[in-house]
Amino acid sequence: MGDLIDLVLLAMLAITALQMIFLKDLFAVVMLFGIFSFLSALIFINLDAVDVAFTEASVGAGISTVLMLGTLAITGRKEKKSTHSSFLPLLVVCITGAALIYGTLDMPPFGHPNNPIHEHVAPRYIEESPKEVGLPNMVTSVLASYRGFDTLGETVVVFAALIGVLALLGVRRQEENDVPESGFKAHHVLHVVARFFIPLIILFALYVQFHGDFGPGGGFQAGVIAAAAFILYTLVFGLSRAFSVVGPKFLQVLASIGVLLYASVGLFSMYKGGQFLDYSKLAADPIVGQHYGIIIIELGVGITVFAVMLSIFYAFGSQAERSNIQ
Amino acid sequence: MLILDIISSILLIAGVFFGFSGALGLFKFPDFFTRMHAASVTDSIATILILFGLILQTSFDINTAKLLFILAFLMITSPTASHALAKSARHGGLLTLPEVQAKQQERTH
Repeated sequence: MGDLIDLVLLAMLAITALQMIFLKDLFAVVMLFGIFSFLSALIFINLDAVDVAFTEASVGAGISTVLMLGTLAITGRKEKKSTHSSFLPLLVVCITGAALIYGTLDMPPFGHPNNPIHEHVAPRYIEESPKEVGLPNMVTSVLASYRGFDTLGETVVVFAALIGVLALLGVRRQEENDVPESGFKAHHVLHVVARFFIPLIILFALYVQFHGDFGPGGGFQAGVIAAAAFILYTLVFGLSRAFSVVGPKFLQVLASIGVLLYASVGLFSMYKGGQFLDYSKLAADPIVGQHYGIIIIELGVGITVFAVMLSIFYAFGSQAERSNIQ
Repeated sequence: MLILDIISSILLIAGVFFGFSGALGLFKFPDFFTRMHAASVTDSIATILILFGLILQTSFDINTAKLLFILAFLMITSPTASHALAKSARHGGLLTLPEVQAKQQERTH
């Protein structure tokens, strides 16, 4: 049954990908990207990788769709006609694809227990992490503790993305008079529903943030969900009111605070006599120290991801608003 | 238990039927507003039936509560989304089918 579901989902994934290539309307392509991400999330669920599925659904289908729509609002929704001949790219793609398919012939059989992936570090994580870290959700132990350095790198990458967007676009503060009110002024249904839902979305983000040690979730997903709540607020009530709730400058400070919080946990554990990001030294009991470390660094990740996503949305939104006026 | 299973499968099959008819309507109906009407049928009645069918399959624990929360969430969001879609289409100047026909008749007279 699981195989059948996998096959159906993979077939739908392939159809979606092909449709994306042939469609010229970029708005529809962005929507198909969202569907593609949801299908991948379903495949991850079928593989019992709920944390990855959660990330894919919230980041891939949720926030990237919104950000790509924001890009389309600036650039326009029609694909330009290509002036190059398509022969050479087709040749390159065919050769790469053939090489990749040839490479799969040497892959170990799917799902076999003696595959290299199940014999390298995975047994150690499964056997030792309940004793060493003691979290019910092993994914969080691996992500935040064993692979803490990688996760720090990912957080810095997210932060670097913000720096890139701000260097290219920047968030434009609006002058009072020459900007018409954005948002859905006369849309009472949306106002009421948004007012009702935004606190619930933030509550859910906090749950995902602090329950990540025990169930699927963590800083990345929580940051994205919290950013989604504020994006909804911006869309319904307009950019200027959103700026007065959370200002762009404040978000930039927040984004760097998250990264600094993460890195300072590492430095503090060095100060305590351990290695960088060795949480066992944070408290007298190593397991309690691990819990402290993981909660703090997840908070740092959540703050950075939230601030970066919302800042990027602000940057796109203020640009689109300006180009609407001109 | 058997009775619950039968009721749940009836609900699930009915939900799938409405979902399918919604998808069919989305392709077959003539203009934007009628298509949206079909799509919102999928959003509302099909999800309600399927979720109730799934609730009967749970053993009435925390999963039931989670499904009820999802149901409450969808009951509020999907009509709102349909409403916002229709209102923006109307705001953007899209006419319904009778209005378009009336305009064409005016032009021919």
